Amino acid sequence: MFYREVGQFKTNYRADQSIFPIRQDRIAIGALLIAAFIVAPLIMNDFWLNSIMIPFLIFALAAIGLNILTGYCGQISLGTGGFMGVGAYACYKLTTIFPDTNIILLILISGIFSAGIGVIFGIPSLRIKGFYLAVATLASQFFLEWAFGRIAWLYNYNDSGAIEVPTRKILEFAVTGPTASPVVRYLVVLSIVVFLTWIASNLVRGRIGRMWMAVRDHDIAAELMGVHLLRTKLMAFAVSSYYCGVAGALMVFLWLGAAEVESFDINQSFLILFMVVIGGLGSLVGAFIGAAFIWILPIFLRAAPGVFGFEIGAATVEHLNFIVVGALIIIFLIAEPNGLARLWQTAKQKLRVWPFPY
Amino acid sequence: MRAIIGPNGAGKTSMLNVINGFYHPQTGKITYKGKSRSAMSPNEAANSGIARTFQNVALFHGMSTLDNIMVGRNLKMRRGFFWQALYHGPARTEELENREFIEHIITFLEIEAIRRTPVSRLPYGLQKRVELGRALAMQPDLLLLDEPMAGMNLEEKGDMSRYILDVNEHFGTTIALIEHDMGVVMDLSDRVVVLDYGHKIADGTPGEVQKNQAVIDAYLGVAH
Amino acid sequence: MGEFAYMVLIDPFVQMFELPDFFVQVIWEGFVGGVLYSLIALGFVLIFKASGVFNFAQGIMVVFAALTLVGLNAMGVQAHLALVLTVVVMLVLAFSVERLVLRPLVNQPDIILFMATIGLTYFLIGFGELLFGGEPKIMISDQLGLPSGAVDFDILGGLVSLQKIDIAAIFIAGAMVAVLAVFFDKTRIGRALRAVADDHQAALSVGISLSTIWVVVWFTAGIVALTTGIMWGARSDVSFALQIVAFKALPVLILGGFTSIPGAIVGGLIIGIGEKIGEVYWGPLVGGSIESWLAYFIALIFLMFRPQGLFGEKIIERV
Repeated sequence: MFYREVGQFKTNYRADQSIFPIRQDRIAIGALLIAAFIVAPLIMNDFWLNSIMIPFLIFALAAIGLNILTGYCGQISLGTGGFMGVGAYACYKLTTIFPDTNIILLILISGIFSAGIGVIFGIPSLRIKGFYLAVATLASQFFLEWAFGRIAWLYNYNDSGAIEVPTRKILEFAVTGPTASPVVRYLVVLSIVVFLTWIASNLVRGRIGRMWMAVRDHDIAAELMGVHLLRTKLMAFAVSSYYCGVAGALMVFLWLGAAEVESFDINQSFLILFMVVIGGLGSLVGAFIGAAFIWILPIFLRAAPGVFGFEIGAATVEHLNFIVVGALIIIFLIAEPNGLARLWQTAKQKLRVWPFPY
Repeated sequence: MRAIIGPNGAGKTSMLNVINGFYHPQTGKITYKGKSRSAMSPNEAANSGIARTFQNVALFHGMSTLDNIMVGRNLKMRRGFFWQALYHGPARTEELENREFIEHIITFLEIEAIRRTPVSRLPYGLQKRVELGRALAMQPDLLLLDEPMAGMNLEEKGDMSRYILDVNEHFGTTIALIEHDMGVVMDLSDRVVVLDYGHKIADGTPGEVQKNQAVIDAYLGVAH
Repeated sequence: MGEFAYMVLIDPFVQMFELPDFFVQVIWEGFVGGVLYSLIALGFVLIFKASGVFNFAQGIMVVFAALTLVGLNAMGVQAHLALVLTVVVMLVLAFSVERLVLRPLVNQPDIILFMATIGLTYFLIGFGELLFGGEPKIMISDQLGLPSGAVDFDILGGLVSLQKIDIAAIFIAGAMVAVLAVFFDKTRIGRALRAVADDHQAALSVGISLSTIWVVVWFTAGIVALTTGIMWGARSDVSFALQIVAFKALPVLILGGFTSIPGAIVGGLIIGIGEKIGEVYWGPLVGGSIESWLAYFIALIFLMFRPQGLFGEKIIERV
């Protein structure tokens, strides 16, 4: 009834091609942004910001990155964790070398290093396809893990082998380090994620996004239409790794505060891949929904036994957690293989024609 | 307009693959626009104005009709990564100009109603039409059509023939056509080439080819 | 720079030449490791051929099988009875996977099935640890009658020591491959399975039951996993840390091809020996522990020159 496009006529192609052609969508996204930027910092306590909102946004960014590569360009990657690590370690080295430079700028720059590494490991994609490529990307994952652990220069020769985030300030506000308040960190993360999401949505609806999707859907036809395969795939690897790298830098600098090799291991790669597939391949909204689902579900599962008054050992909870997450992933794939984003689309379509079924 | 015909396995599709650079010939040369070369990459072929449709529909299944045809404009769009990322200024102007161009194609092929439909949901006949639209969006000088009417009913064949004739007459595009429906071939084409086992056995106007004994033998078989 | 080049290009070969007995020992170790990689890869190939599923859970099935065996024994079940029960468990697993995962997901894109097997991996990790505990366990190789100790050979002016369990592993693996080869080549189910591998729909249309075939291959893969688990468990201990072995079997797959059984075997041996030699002679130059990624690089370099893998046919793309 309220969600309907009747009467909203497009008189030029410009309006027809905008991100949100339906007026109600524009209102909703505006309200969401206001809620995220103003209401959330006011009403949420530190636990919510620190343990739920900040990681959710960071994982959503990484999921967008992987979705560009896997969902839009069709190249399966299992090396996300490694690329996130490159961003984190690059940012750590940059801020060590240039301590006075604005940390947000450094975080955005550190993604470029990740993009470079991504391009190098993307080169096999020219000759190798499908699952062969997925296995090949594991090479980058294991090599990078090894490099983070073995090259002492990367972690400034610490005895612990871990990176500790130093305090960096912008205009007297501590943005990183132990003294930074969750609200400040949340707002910084939110701004970066919103900005990069906007860029991603521009890319995927324009010429570049169409080239990616063409390669994904039919690489031979795309090539015969004049799409340069290697260049297009490498661009997807670069952009994807950039997003993952920034997400990795954010994860260490604005959320965890410290990191070691284990933060970027193969399980991290799987986690992001789950978010992308559960959320919906080839959907930016799906990246957010998937990240929320995969991140919040285990928190809920850990809290659930206590709520219902069961006393279960921590180890058992972990085991149950594995079982439930594994089973739920299978159940979700069976119920909606196209991801939660498709459910969202269906719901919108239903709403549009409500109260009639057609 | 030239038709390429021949029995199954005669090498018609391979012929097209060689022309647009997907296969490289082991011997021989391709002469196109006055230049001869033995092999070129698919990208070079596309750049020099060769477009094609495929025997088995090779559309981009996850995309809408509009996006599929827009991919055909890919080579005509020049704005780089930076403007694309901002989707503002030159990139948007370019996008809108090309959108306007392909709207002409959409109108020409009468597929306005399925603009936003994902192509995987379209029936076969419409998919073939979208594929033709995608090739036309490249504004080709040479258009290769690989069995554009395979599996169509009479009415759809009629429509498709009309589009092909219109393209040939209005845009002046050279067309190479592979087709098994002899009625269509004889009516549409100016000249017909007959292939058998990779060799050219006849080349001439439809009337001449029909009378050629080698062609009749190739189709009907001869007693040895 | 010159010195480094010497260390990389010359010195390792000098070492190999000067201590040939040690070199033989290294090759032997790599060979045994390679046999086990081959077995894991074999499980992957069986399932990929018959159902087109990239079964990420194969590595976990190895651990799960070994853990079930050891866990049952720890609960007081006699060793050989535990072995039989574990086979039953793998059969139940094969049935459940077919019924609960594969059948509802039939005709979905490959990546969805792949994700489902990752889900299965998580499930099996949690389930196995919940039932039998997460701490590392000792494989019951003595109770199963597997040999222990070593055989020493005097060759090349030194001593080469072969673990009896390794020798047994190679024989058992060889026997299993032979049995599988006969099974696929000569039996009715084997023929049906090859038909399914070629074309699902065509196989269905001549009356082959896909579900039966899937249960059979998942069960066979489970048996292969159990064998691998016993052998590997006897060499180290049994815990989910073993799943790292599965990651090492993946490069074997891209090297040998997802659908080639000879490819899995030869690829496994190449990777096993190659990574051992690389680790021992070149690893120290860059700080060691390069085993985790060396196998991938060997496979990748190989693939750049031969994208269809070791035994794959040349890929001809058509439109």
